[in-house]
Amino acid sequence: MNEQVVTAQAPEPSALMAELGIRARPSLISRWPAPLQTFASNRKGLFGLAILLIFVVLAALAPLITPYDPYRRSGKPHIQPGVEHFLGTSRQGKDVFSQLLEGGRTSLTVGFVAGISATLIGLAVGISAGYFGGKTDEILTFFVNVSLVLPALPLIIVFASFIEEASPTIIGLVLAFTGWGWSARTIRTQTLALKNREFVLAAELMGESKWRIILMELLPNMSSFVVGGFVLATIYGILAEAGLEFIGLGSPNSVTWGTMLYWAMRAQALQTGAWYEIWPPAIAIMITGAALVLINFAVDEITSPQLRAARRAGPMRRFLRRRGRSVDVV
Amino acid sequence: MSDAALVEVRNLTVDYVGDNSVARAVNGISFDIKPGEAFGLAGESGCGKSTVAFALARLTRMPGLVTGGEVRFNGENVLAFSKERLRRYRWGEVSFVLQSAMNALNPVIPVSEQIEDGIIAHRPHLGREAVRARAAEMFELVGISPRRLDDYSHQFSGGMRQRICIAMALALEPKLIIMDEPTTALDVVVQRDIIEQICDLKARFGFSVLFITHDLGLMIEFCDRIGVMYAGELVEVAPASSILTAPQHPYTRALGRSFPPLTGPRVRLEGIEGTPPSLSALPEGCRFSPRCGEAIPICTTLAPLLQPTPVTGGQAACHLLK
Repeated sequence: MNEQVVTAQAPEPSALMAELGIRARPSLISRWPAPLQTFASNRKGLFGLAILLIFVVLAALAPLITPYDPYRRSGKPHIQPGVEHFLGTSRQGKDVFSQLLEGGRTSLTVGFVAGISATLIGLAVGISAGYFGGKTDEILTFFVNVSLVLPALPLIIVFASFIEEASPTIIGLVLAFTGWGWSARTIRTQTLALKNREFVLAAELMGESKWRIILMELLPNMSSFVVGGFVLATIYGILAEAGLEFIGLGSPNSVTWGTMLYWAMRAQALQTGAWYEIWPPAIAIMITGAALVLINFAVDEITSPQLRAARRAGPMRRFLRRRGRSVDVV
Repeated sequence: MSDAALVEVRNLTVDYVGDNSVARAVNGISFDIKPGEAFGLAGESGCGKSTVAFALARLTRMPGLVTGGEVRFNGENVLAFSKERLRRYRWGEVSFVLQSAMNALNPVIPVSEQIEDGIIAHRPHLGREAVRARAAEMFELVGISPRRLDDYSHQFSGGMRQRICIAMALALEPKLIIMDEPTTALDVVVQRDIIEQICDLKARFGFSVLFITHDLGLMIEFCDRIGVMYAGELVEVAPASSILTAPQHPYTRALGRSFPPLTGPRVRLEGIEGTPPSLSALPEGCRFSPRCGEAIPICTTLAPLLQPTPVTGGQAACHLLK
């Protein structure tokens, strides 16, 4: 054709992969199902999962590895962290490290049970309201709205006044029954949007049963909503439980991260310089929340290719800049 | 070439970046579009036609990345445009007509505003009246009464909506209009209507067109030159008239055989055996060789380069031509 314009040659695919920092999947992982592969190659998700697993394993094994009985005095009050007491002792002379492990047991259980039940209730209510519509929708939406305006805090105060002390189980149940509103809302909206898509109409035409349509056609399309809702509900569960106990609404005799904070505050731990009584449960709650959020990021990336590609945005920008091209990676 | 090309695409390479691999959707393709010329890109689904069109307007989005080559518009390097230059380039110099007009028009804004928005953004000095007059003129041009300017998109039929999109694309008198399957969603009668209208407008205003469609018959009628793509590569570029009469590449030949002729005796359509290769598992040598009925040993080892073909005055990439 016309005179040869000197043009930038594209790098070979292998060189391109090296430049963008893309590594081929190890052969071990490449036999797994695709979503698992994506999760396994997602650093954020793996990191979050690792942290969470460590916490869960430590909590599960707590009775075996706690050096002291978390419910009894094991030494003088406010001993500094050291060889004998890894994280020191509380004002009451209980070993903080043992309490941290034992407290994780309760806090994580309550958080996960509240999260799972809230998600399941929200899913069932939301998907039925959205899919069946009509009267079903009206009635269910009414309950969703009721649960949205029902605040967990006063409800627990009411419960606590009925029962002498609200045990973690009761707190968890109350959180589950008040926390499903938002996930029901989002899932109902999503169901309404999906309901009229061609693939659902096609499934109806093919004579699939309503339950099959809900479970096989609608549910997989909402996985990121369900997981996202579960993660948020669990974080909410852990935080709300700790919060309620911190302000003194829980049973002071149980050992959870929340009651640890409650006692630390009662003992004015920070003012007396006993940081080792207040920081461990606070940091544990923080890290658990962060780990769950990291897992949520990973699940979002699995369900959205664009987010996945966004992880390469940095290398892509550098690639373009090196070649004197406009950098408009969005 | 005697006259300078409006668009020069050189060695354009576009990759889709995955988590653990890259897929080369467009592999080093080069072609020119001259002023006032209609250039067609033909090929099976997924061969990279639309990816090329998007790269031309620099609309490539993540995970897509233009990894090599150049796009020159009037001699300027499109891939190095600044933000402001790019803004003027898009719509002002190159406009786009997309496949589904239903999705290109906002259902809650009157179509007039959508035409006017584009004009105002690029011609800020024009007054309200002038912008309105221009929008009315464009409507008239594509055969819709300007009285309907303030209607909403759902009040128009599919063909009218497509014509409104064409009106929008023409409003700023761009030098190139990229049409990515502009008539695929329409029935043949409306299709014919619209193509004739575009031909008229092209003759009047002298813009160039990059035309992408699956309909080879339509393309041959409308385009001056056609590039045939296969698995991300250009296998043949030839004048539209010779694509069916003197195809040089076996793939072009096979493509021609899979369309029914309008006249002449009924013949059994053959189609092309097999399926296009996956971009992650490309065959060695010529990418068409596994499906090619005329492959010779060299085809499976060495990839052929685009060579001039004296018969048609175009180019083709096939070992058989030497």
